[in-house]
Amino acid sequence: MLIKIAHSHPIRPSEITPESVYHGRRRFLLQIGAAAASVTLGGCEPPESGAVANTALASLKVTKKTELAGGENVTAYEDITHYNNFYEFGTTKEAPARNAGRLRTRPWSVVVDGECEAPGHVDLDELINPQVLEERIYRHRCVERWSMVAPWLGVPLAPVLRRFKPTSNAKYVAFYTLFDPRQMPETGRGVLNWPYREGLRIDEAMHPLAFLSVGLYGRVLPNQNGAPLRLTVPWKYGFKSIKSIVQITFTQWQPETSWNQLGPQEYGFYSNVNPAVDHPRWSQARERRLGELVMRKTLMFNGYPEVASLYSAMDLSTFF
Amino acid sequence: MNHLLPWRVAAWALGVVPLAFAVKWTFQSLLGPNPVEFLEHYTGDWTLRLLLTTLAMTPLRKVTRLSEPIRVRRILGLWTYAFLCLHFSIYLVFDLGLSVAQLGADLVKRTYITLGFSAWLMLLPLAITSTNAWQRRLKRRWVTLHQLIYPAAILGCTHYYWLVKADTREPLIYLAILLALLAFRVQSVGISLRRRREQPPAVRVQIETMSASTSSERP
Ligand code: HEM
Repeated sequence: MLIKIAHSHPIRPSEITPESVYHGRRRFLLQIGAAAASVTLGGCEPPESGAVANTALASLKVTKKTELAGGENVTAYEDITHYNNFYEFGTTKEAPARNAGRLRTRPWSVVVDGECEAPGHVDLDELINPQVLEERIYRHRCVERWSMVAPWLGVPLAPVLRRFKPTSNAKYVAFYTLFDPRQMPETGRGVLNWPYREGLRIDEAMHPLAFLSVGLYGRVLPNQNGAPLRLTVPWKYGFKSIKSIVQITFTQWQPETSWNQLGPQEYGFYSNVNPAVDHPRWSQARERRLGELVMRKTLMFNGYPEVASLYSAMDLSTFF
Repeated sequence: MNHLLPWRVAAWALGVVPLAFAVKWTFQSLLGPNPVEFLEHYTGDWTLRLLLTTLAMTPLRKVTRLSEPIRVRRILGLWTYAFLCLHFSIYLVFDLGLSVAQLGADLVKRTYITLGFSAWLMLLPLAITSTNAWQRRLKRRWVTLHQLIYPAAILGCTHYYWLVKADTREPLIYLAILLALLAFRVQSVGISLRRRREQPPAVRVQIETMSASTSSERP
């Protein structure tokens, strides 16, 4: 079931050079075409600032780079790290960057259990060897109709899962986020059913595009982006890419997922990016890329047609 | 007039200050990673705040027995509509790319858009007929027409509640304020009806002339 990653091409050095290239702090005006405004403000333009990834975070070694976003510009680091949905740290987009500092990401271990022959409780560095990380540039599409392109560092999910020898009963994989009200005071309000939980069908989890991330922009993941370990499934809506994972469970039955529990008619188990299947309250046909003003068309499977074979026998408007 | 001035300044400030901040932040590029969403939400929030403030003026007059709240109500109402038009325009330009076909599709399929748009439609004649000339021309019908602000406010609040994903605290706070204002209205209408029924004709005339003299612009 090896599916070739369609449009991988080596990344040009120009594409990975400083984030400042992508930093158009003034682009709102520029794009709007406010020429007059630019002229009048021209003399007092502040210098570009804050253009590098947070240097307080350790940098990571990368052994391989794959560009999988059709050559599109990578979203500014500042934007990727200050526009987050991580309800354990607040329900606004700014709150996680403000509050996630409370999260202790070391030491960190992950329980792997359920339908497998070699369950375990492993330290993060043992689960993911920091010496063999690869970078993948993926599109990321939120169910709320915004999107970005991010350079993740991590490892493919499949080999990690295989280490624990899933049995033939392992039809699904469930993932759980840390739930600790002392580190996550916002969980006290119970907007969602904590701990946050997500799941994939086993063949989805074993797909070569499914990825476990530990870093972003060459450095360790910022807490608000799901440190120290998060899932990255680029063909599904962002909420499937669960953050700060502490448990992985192989299951025989389809696991419960947090957003589906909250609104079963609105958030399905599969939640594949699909411009033809609307959210009951809004259209999914278009999306706004962070850093752009006018919306663009959403691509089927978020532009990853190589996953289509996973769903060939399914009606995607029923299994949304 | 001297008494009115601070009220007028306050009413203008409620419109000018948030607008000035929006302009300032736009020029300083401080709108965050998603500037369109920021402005869409910011103008939506201020539409709702100004709408509820406008609605609060009648109860405020009743409680304080001052006429000033009623005399700045038009300024507040027009600022509400200005923010609403900005809100609507941002959606038309950046969400829809000015496509009429897409607006039609959204109006049919997206309940929160249907609700918001209905509120905008209801408030449109109120903005148009807000002038003294229209007020004179419409006489009592002007008062009846301007009652449209109540259903518009209900639609606006429901619109907000409808589009929130999971955390409904804020829209519920606004909804609670609106219900409190409506309850006040219903109660005071009830009281004045009862008074009318209970009072002998002579006194009733007196009350009516009294209230007519305290406020030149009735509800
Ligand atoms: C009295 C009328 C209206 C009021 C009081 C109102 C108020 C609001 C509020 C409070 C928000 C959310 C702001 C936030 O999340 O902080 C909002 C969002 C929004 N409104 Fe309105 N609105 C009105 C009319 C309209 C109209 C006429 C349209 C367009 C036809 C519209 C389209 C939208 C859109 C597209 C959003 C953003 C939804 C999203 O983020 O997905 N609204 N509005």
